[in-house]
Amino acid sequence: MYSELVMDHFTNPRNVGEIADADGVGEIGNAKCGDIMKMYIKVSDNVITDVKFKTFGCGSAIATSSIATEMIKGQPIEEALKLSNKAVVEALGGLPAHKIHCSVLAEQAIKSAIADYYRRQGVDPTPIVGEIGDCEACHVH
Amino acid sequence: MKRFIYADNSATTQPSEHVIESMMPYLREFYGNPSSLYSISEATKTAVENARAQTAAALGAEAKEIFFTSGGSESDNWAIKGAARQAAKKGKKHIISTAFEHHAVLHTLESLKKEGFEVTLLDVHSDGLVRVDELEAAIREDTALVTVMYANNEIGTVQPIAEIGEICKKHGVLFHTDAVQAVGNLHIDVKAQNIDMLSLSAHKFHGPKGVGALYIRKGVRINNLVDGGAQENGRRAGTENVASIVGLGTAITDAVAAIDEKTEKLTAMRDRLIDGALTIERSRLNGDRVKRLPGNVNISFEGIEGESLLLWLDQKGICASSGSACTTASLDPSHVLLSIGLPHAVAHGSLRLSLGDNNTMEDVDYILSVLPGIVKMLRDMSPLWEEIIKEENK
Repeated sequence: MYSELVMDHFTNPRNVGEIADADGVGEIGNAKCGDIMKMYIKVSDNVITDVKFKTFGCGSAIATSSIATEMIKGQPIEEALKLSNKAVVEALGGLPAHKIHCSVLAEQAIKSAIADYYRRQGVDPTPIVGEIGDCEACHVH
Repeated sequence: MKRFIYADNSATTQPSEHVIESMMPYLREFYGNPSSLYSISEATKTAVENARAQTAAALGAEAKEIFFTSGGSESDNWAIKGAARQAAKKGKKHIISTAFEHHAVLHTLESLKKEGFEVTLLDVHSDGLVRVDELEAAIREDTALVTVMYANNEIGTVQPIAEIGEICKKHGVLFHTDAVQAVGNLHIDVKAQNIDMLSLSAHKFHGPKGVGALYIRKGVRINNLVDGGAQENGRRAGTENVASIVGLGTAITDAVAAIDEKTEKLTAMRDRLIDGALTIERSRLNGDRVKRLPGNVNISFEGIEGESLLLWLDQKGICASSGSACTTASLDPSHVLLSIGLPHAVAHGSLRLSLGDNNTMEDVDYILSVLPGIVKMLRDMSPLWEEIIKEENK
């Protein structure tokens, strides 16, 4: 079902864990849907210097979290904000159709962590980050 | 060497060598249509009738009460739609079933609702068992059919089939049971248990896929589902799947002969697996501990998601299944686990291991040697688990 690259990120997830003195923390998803992603970021001079994640979810949720952290680590915030779920899926070499919503979670978790960073700086994140919806698929219920 | 442990015998089973051997002549030399007159057809016709007698003997039925189909789903569709449409002629448009039937039954009932039938789904309670008094209370003047599965495919709970049969007989209501998971695992006697119709599928007991049967008690009239030629006594059209029917006959004979021995072996393995898995903190067994199929283990682990668990077990060479949403290709976890009252989050973290003839105690020990480590690793990276522990320490 999953490509080798997806399985590689699933079995050897990069950047798993927490950052105790994180500059921003974002969490997205809920237990009912079976997916929760939590992202921690360290920011220095507007650059994401470190990122860690914790994910409760299926194989693709863990793999997308993992690759998304690799894609934003060392990037300026503006670049990280441009990360789309499509880019995450492409970087993984594709996902089965019914798993695409997991990649949306990764994109939203990053935005949520960045929004938290701005709030901690006393900056309203909405004009910069935009509205972060919850996983659309979760609202089917 | 990487181990390979197939522990998903409720999904399907490996066809036995004996079954495959018995089928081969009917794929090679005896390819005649059983409806034809020449001698190679005589052989196929005899083979089909022999399999019918074998199937009947395994269920305590008569040969002419056995009708071959394409499998469990067709048998369920035929029994339920056929009985419902027949009863509707007399104004009976109410059906009683349970909340945790297989989709072959539940979706058939949904389809009948669109034809104006009313369906009552019985509660299966937290132990996964139907209460016969609740069933009796649900029977009405216009009840056309009761359909209750023999044993549940996910949590393995075995229903009080003889008691249900007794009540249905008393009230003059037809009783169908989806026995797809039970045949070959439990002793069945359709006469003693007052079963009017019973669905079975060969691949669940080491037979081939794509073949099954419906037992219809003599005198029970139901509408046809597949119209066409005069095969199966004019009740189910289509040229017989001869080799597969022969395989079914061999498989059911072998399976039923081995039930006692298999039950003893599997029950010991199952109980060891349950006890071992439950030593993992915040785990629970789903379904009654005693009234369950001898090979069925269904456990939920809080804080983790089932598909991740399955992928890791697969990495370790273990084939299993889960009721998590991610494995159902929908967003909801298994309706069976929800029907016994599991919260969504806990249902997502369920694991079904279904042991069969090919498994050994060493397999059980190997599973128990890798399972706790996988659960711990997934919990260590789960924000949900973090929450659960935080709540606990409050």
